[in-house]
Amino acid sequence: MKLLVPVKRVVDYNVKVRVKADGTGVETANVKMSMNPFDEIAVEEAVRLKEKGIATEIVAVSAGPAAAQEQIRTALAMGADRGILVEHDGVLEPLAVAKILKAIVEKEGPQLVILGKQAIDDDMNATGQMLAALLGWPQGTFASRVEPADGALKVTREVDGGLETVQLRLPAIVTTDLRLNEPRYASLPNIMKARKKPIETVKPADLGVDVTPRLSVLKVEEPPKRQAGKKVASVQELVEKLRNEAKVI
Amino acid sequence: MTDAGRGGPTAAEFDAYLDGIRRLVDQRLIPAEPRLEGEETLPQDLTQALREAGLFGISIPARYGGAGLTMEQQVRVMLEVTRASAVYRARFSTTIGLGSQPILYNGTEAQRRAWLPRMASGEATAAFCLTEPEHGSDAGGLATRARREGGEYVLDGVKRYITNARQAQVFIVMARTDPASRDAAGISAFIVPAGTPGLRCGPADRKMGQDGSATCEVFLDGVRVPAENLIGGREGEGFKTAMRGINHARLHVAVTCVGQAQRLLDEALSYALRRRQFGQPLAEFQLVQAMLADSRAEILAARSAVLETARAFDRAGEAQGSLVADIACCKLFASEMVCRVADRAVQIHGGAGYMRGTAVERLYRDVRLFRIFEGASQIQQILIARDMVRGARHG
Ligand SMILES: Cc1cc2nc3c(=O)[nH]c(=O)nc-3n(C[C@H](O)[C@H](O)[C@H](O)COP(=O)(O)OP(=O)(O)OC[C@H]3O[C@@H](n4cnc5c(N)ncnc54)[C@H](O)[C@@H]3O)c2cc1C
Ligand SMILES: Cc1cc2nc3c(=O)[nH]c(=O)nc-3n(C[C@H](O)[C@H](O)[C@H](O)COP(=O)(O)OP(=O)(O)OC[C@H]3O[C@@H](n4cnc5c(N)ncnc54)[C@H](O)[C@@H]3O)c2cc1C
Repeated sequence: MKLLVPVKRVVDYNVKVRVKADGTGVETANVKMSMNPFDEIAVEEAVRLKEKGIATEIVAVSAGPAAAQEQIRTALAMGADRGILVEHDGVLEPLAVAKILKAIVEKEGPQLVILGKQAIDDDMNATGQMLAALLGWPQGTFASRVEPADGALKVTREVDGGLETVQLRLPAIVTTDLRLNEPRYASLPNIMKARKKPIETVKPADLGVDVTPRLSVLKVEEPPKRQAGKKVASVQELVEKLRNEAKVI
Repeated sequence: MTDAGRGGPTAAEFDAYLDGIRRLVDQRLIPAEPRLEGEETLPQDLTQALREAGLFGISIPARYGGAGLTMEQQVRVMLEVTRASAVYRARFSTTIGLGSQPILYNGTEAQRRAWLPRMASGEATAAFCLTEPEHGSDAGGLATRARREGGEYVLDGVKRYITNARQAQVFIVMARTDPASRDAAGISAFIVPAGTPGLRCGPADRKMGQDGSATCEVFLDGVRVPAENLIGGREGEGFKTAMRGINHARLHVAVTCVGQAQRLLDEALSYALRRRQFGQPLAEFQLVQAMLADSRAEILAARSAVLETARAFDRAGEAQGSLVADIACCKLFASEMVCRVADRAVQIHGGAGYMRGTAVERLYRDVRLFRIFEGASQIQQILIARDMVRGARHG
């Protein structure tokens, strides 16, 4: 079966992000960009399904600026077979991305789309669910385990109360949680082989998708600085402070 | 062999590789360091992780199965890898430097094809046998003999302190083919596969540090190898051959010192921020700050020297022999520097720095080696000064 894995270009998880002076967003100029870590987990899972002989082809797709080719290359180095870049400069909201992915799904006909449960830049946690709704496909979100079960897919989900297992008919949508797997580091020969794998570039308009934003960001601010803690000498003092200073009991 | 045809990665591909190496170091190698204490050799799973990361092949061109990195790229990889215990580096160091470079630069095509791909994959670990009980710094005077008998050479002698000998699939052995000679001109280099009758390793040496990396004696009693195993096929070229490996290895030791010094400083700074005395973090005291600042300045100097020399190495190509003195400067400065940084890092840790289980205590013992092997500091000084005097006399 064919797999589709969307990968997003985001600020690297090691970077300490800074809010832009005008409060319109965070600084991304001269900042290291990487593949969204949840998407790495998605690519890893897809590659494992291919190594087990269950998947036959993995298509990595990214919607974003031309530079998002780098993230597609990373997916190709990890083991994806080819890439599609849906090139667009500027904001892409989850609904726009879901519509783009729907158009790609209709063109490519994958049996399974594996997405990250959220991207670490905006933490929306929406694209996978929206895509499932637009396609009318079953979804297994927050997956911590994915097992093929003749023609279907058993997905173990991390939910508040514990673990929930759902069985999905294919075609289906899966979104990955942190514990699904540990993504591999691409080896240098594989990084170099990825050079020869094809990446096709299209525009949202070619897919008939209108990506005009529907949300407007009012202001982006730094979180408040944490105040230094206080050491207390005894339980009595703690209770006293909770009652009279913090006024929480 | 020219450096142009290495078949290495583009800048973007290299950066992607380096990202993976950084993660390997932070997520796998550094956390596993406590497992090395008291071990004779590196545990299998960690050796395998080094293989999978392609580290055994960084200095070997792509057409022989390696990564084909330039020296500058190798240095940048090693700056990351050696933030973790130098014991990891020791596991593949003899293969990437002293083991493979003599074959790459001076070997016959058949020798390259026979060994380089196996070395690059990490399947064949190489050990380099130069030092003997009676000949350490004075390696040119070595006593191990190689006699020609028909289509074979017969090797007799004893080698000492040989890194990875007990793990090796192949030994590069320096032996005297001209019995009348007393100096380096009568020495040749041989490829001796492990398991050749007459070659035996002694028990692992007990060392001050570097737990998890083994050295031992290597005994050669009537070891017979076919004449095809003479590196380059010509007698008397052994020392020139060895210098290829030694030059490479010395620059890599210098990088290792920079990586280790950076790690020591990271440990010292983080401790100085955590530990409070007299109501303040140690990092607030100017006398502690002086130790931190001196360390950072010295690390930057060594790092710059190593990177600059690596770039010169890449530009020099075949003429890399002209860099012997500059490489010696890097090795001398970086190895002396890391020992000063280690001393300060232990000092900043106070009593904790003297206790087993503290990273800087272990690193302090590990880095002491770097002023001794691959040419002790005094030998580097001699080399550097001789080069200066010779240069001044001959213009
Ligand atoms: C952990 C470890 C791993 C090693 N791995 C290998 C290996 O894989 N392969 C290998 O072949 N060797 C290896 N060696 C050997 C190493 O290269 C030698 O120890 C080194 O060359 C020094 O030789 P030596 O120990 O005989 O000391 P010596 O040569 O006896 O030197 C002792 C001291 O005298 C000084 N000295 C010597 N000659 C002079 C001079 N002319 N002027 C001023 N001072 C001088 C030296 O600088 C040194 O301080 C290893 C050593 C160690 C400790
Ligand atoms: C083997 C061993 C045996 C010992 N035996 C005994 C014993 O029998 N009895 C006993 O009571 N203790 C003993 N000690 C403890 C020893 O005296 C302390 O380790 C020592 O006083 C340093 O204290 P510390 O380890 O807490 O380091 P810290 O006080 O935390 O100092 C860490 C570093 O910060 C520096 N520093 C601290 N304050 C300042 C400042 N104001 N300005 C600049 N620099 C500063 C120090 O010089 C040091 O480099 C022993 C320690 C060891 C290692």
